[in-house]
Amino acid sequence: MTDFRAEHRAIDWASGEIGARIRRRNRAQLRLRLVGMAAIGFAFAMLATLVGSLLWTGTRAFRQTHVAIEVHYDAGILNPDNLQRGNYRAILGATMQALFPDLPDSALRKATAILSNGAQFMVRDRIVADPALLGQRISLRVPVSDPYDQLHKGLIDRETPEEFRRLKDDEIALWDRLEAAGAVSAPLNWGLITNADSRFPELAGLRGALMGSFWALLTCFVLSFPIGIGAAIYLEEFAPKNRTSDFIEVNINNLAAVPSVVFGLLGLAVFLNWLGLPRSAPFVGGMVLALMTLPTIIIATRAALKAVPPSIREAALGLGASRQQVVFHHVLPLAMPGILTGTIIGLAQALGETAPLLLIGMNAFVTAAPGSPFDPSTALPTQIFIWADSPERGFVSRTSAAILVLLMFLVAMNALAIYLRNRFERKW
Amino acid sequence: MNRAAAPVTPAVLATVKIQARGVQVFYGAAHALKDVSIDILDRTVTAFIGPSGCGKSTFLRCLNRMNDTIEIARVEGTILLDGQDIHDSGVDPVQLRARVGMVFQKPNPFPKSIYDNVAYGPRIHGLARNKAELDAVVERSLRRAALWNEVKDRLASPGTGLSGGQQQRLCIARAVATSPEVLLMDEPCSALDPIATAQVEELIDELRSQFSVVIVTHSMQQAARVSQKTAFFHLGHLVEYGDTEQIFTIPRDPRTESYISGKIG
Ligand SMILES: Nc1ncnc2c1ncn2[C@@H]1O[C@H](COP(=O)(O)OP(=O)(O)O)[C@@H](O)[C@H]1O
Ligand SMILES: [Mg+2]
Repeated sequence: MTDFRAEHRAIDWASGEIGARIRRRNRAQLRLRLVGMAAIGFAFAMLATLVGSLLWTGTRAFRQTHVAIEVHYDAGILNPDNLQRGNYRAILGATMQALFPDLPDSALRKATAILSNGAQFMVRDRIVADPALLGQRISLRVPVSDPYDQLHKGLIDRETPEEFRRLKDDEIALWDRLEAAGAVSAPLNWGLITNADSRFPELAGLRGALMGSFWALLTCFVLSFPIGIGAAIYLEEFAPKNRTSDFIEVNINNLAAVPSVVFGLLGLAVFLNWLGLPRSAPFVGGMVLALMTLPTIIIATRAALKAVPPSIREAALGLGASRQQVVFHHVLPLAMPGILTGTIIGLAQALGETAPLLLIGMNAFVTAAPGSPFDPSTALPTQIFIWADSPERGFVSRTSAAILVLLMFLVAMNALAIYLRNRFERKW
Repeated sequence: MNRAAAPVTPAVLATVKIQARGVQVFYGAAHALKDVSIDILDRTVTAFIGPSGCGKSTFLRCLNRMNDTIEIARVEGTILLDGQDIHDSGVDPVQLRARVGMVFQKPNPFPKSIYDNVAYGPRIHGLARNKAELDAVVERSLRRAALWNEVKDRLASPGTGLSGGQQQRLCIARAVATSPEVLLMDEPCSALDPIATAQVEELIDELRSQFSVVIVTHSMQQAARVSQKTAFFHLGHLVEYGDTEQIFTIPRDPRTESYISGKIG
C-alpha cells in the first residue's frame, strides 16, 4: 500500500485563480440562459403574430350582416301548384320597391343587389315548407351580398375616390337609408358552420368541409388503428428478432418520414386509377391518410408496449399465462394510454394534411355536405386552400376563420392527447 | 455430494420432487450453468446460495421453463418433475408454470385489485367453476400467504397500493392460488425491510407443509433460518448440496468453506 498522505497537496480554494474560474463559469451559464430565453421569446412572438393576424381577419367572418325585409308572397306572381319554380326575383324586387318607393325602376336592380344572391332561395324555401303563406306578408332577415357586408364592417373606405371603390355613391346612399331605418343587423354567423360551400362568400360555410374531414378521419382511424396496433403487437411481442424484423423496423421508420404528397400520388395511382374508387370521396382521402398515419401509430404503440416493465410480463408468465394472454390481459391495457396518445397525435396530423387530398381531388367545388364517405366533398385544409384562392373579398376573412376552426380542432385533439397521457401515466 | 455420509434427518426420507441431471444452460455463447445434477425433495425448503452471477436464478428458471421466454437461452439435460421430463413434448410449458409457481425478487403485483391479482391464475387455468369457488380460492390463498387479515376489507383496492412486504406476500398468494406443487422464490426478501423479511420467512416455513419450496438467497443467515437443504453454486457449478446444518457447520468443499466464512462472494 502506498502512503496517500505523502501525495496529499493542499488546495487554496480562496485563491484568485480559482475565483476567476468560477466567475467565468457563471458568466457562461448566464449567457446560455439568455440565449435560450431569447429563442423561446422569438418562437412565442412568431406564434402570437400568426394567431393574432388570424384572429384579426378571421373574427370578421364570425358575424354576417343581415337586412330585415318584409316579403309579400303575391298570389299574382306565384303559382300555388308550382311554388318550387316561382319568380322569387320579382317578389324581392317588389320588396325593395316597397322599401325605396321613390326609386325609379332602372335603379331597382341596384337595390335588389344589396341582398345576397341566396335570398331568393331563402324566400322560396319558406313558402315551399309552408304553402299557407301564399298571399301573406312575413318579415325575414336575409344576408346581404359581399360588398355591403364589407361596407358594414368598415372594410370599404368611403373616402376612396368613387372610380376606385366597389360601391358607388348612390349604392352607399341606399345602404345608409337602410341603416337609418334600423333594418341592418350583424348577428353571429352560424352559416359559417351550418352552410356548405358556395360561390357567394356571404353564403359559404364549412359544413361540407367539416363533414368531409369527419368522414376522412373516421375512415383513417378505422383502418389505421387496428392495423397499426396489430402490426406493432406482432413486431414487438411475437416476431423473432432477426434480420427480417430489423429490415421491417427500419422501413417503418422510413415510411414515417415519406412526404405526404407521395402518399397522395400513391392514392391517385392505386385507389383512383387502378381500383377505380370515386374521386373526391372522403373514404379515399381517409385511406390515403391511413397510409400516412399507420407508421405513426405503429411507432407509438411499439414504444408504449416497450415501456411496460418486464416484471409484469414475468409475473404473468410465471403464473402460466400464454404469450397471448400476457399481451392482451396485461401489456396492452397498460400500454393503451400511450397508444391512444400516439393515435390522436397521428390523427391530428392527418386532419391538417392537404397535399394528398388535393391529389385525389378533394378540392372540388361541392355545394352540398357529403351524406356518406363516398360522396364528393372537401376537407378542412382543402377548403382553406380553395377559399384562399377565391378572388371575392369576403373569402379573405372566411379563410382566416376556417384556419381558426382547423387550429381549434388541432389544439383540442392535442389537449386530449396530453390529458390522456397525464391522466393515465404510471410510475413504476 | 456424498449424501450417504449426511446424518439421517426426516427431510432426507422425504420423497424426491424434482430430479435434475446434467443440466447445462447457455446464453448465446456464454456457458452459464455447467452440468448441474440435484434431487429436490418434496415438503422441504431448499436454499440456493452462492456469489452473485453464479447461476442460481438461471437454474431456478430451468425448473419452470422460464428460460424458454429468454430468446438467447438454451437449456440441455433432463429435469424430471414427479418422474416426468418437463421438456417432454407432452408437457405444456404454460401449464407447467401453474404447477411450479414462481415468486420474483422485486414484488411485482399486477396493477389490478388485490382480488384480481390472486384470482388471475385460477381464472386463466379454469380452476374455479363459479364466483363462490373463486372467492374461496382467493381467501384460502391470502390466508396461506398470511395476508388475509390485513386485506380482507379492501380486496377491491389496487395491489400496488400495499407496502413492499404486503406486496410480496400478495405475490406469494397469487402464486399459491393455482395450487402449485413446487414454489420457486428468487431472492424474495431482498427488496424488503427486516420486519417484512421476518414475516415472509415465517410464511415460507409454513408453506413447507404443503409445497416443495426452492429459495434463492444471498443471505446465508436466511438460508440457515428457513431451509432444510442447501445447495452452493459457484461459477455455474453446483459445488455442494446437503443438509443445511451440515453445509454451514462442516462443509466438505473448500470453496463452500471460504464462501461461508466470507472469503468469496
Ligand atoms: N437473460 C440473460 N441473458 C444473458 N446472460 C444472462 C441472462 N441472465 C443471466 N445471465 C448470465 O448468466 C450468469 C448467471 O446469472 P444468474 O443466474 O442471474 O446469477 P445469480 O442469480 O446467481 O446471481 C451471469 O453471468 C449472468 O450474466
Ligand atoms: Mg439472481
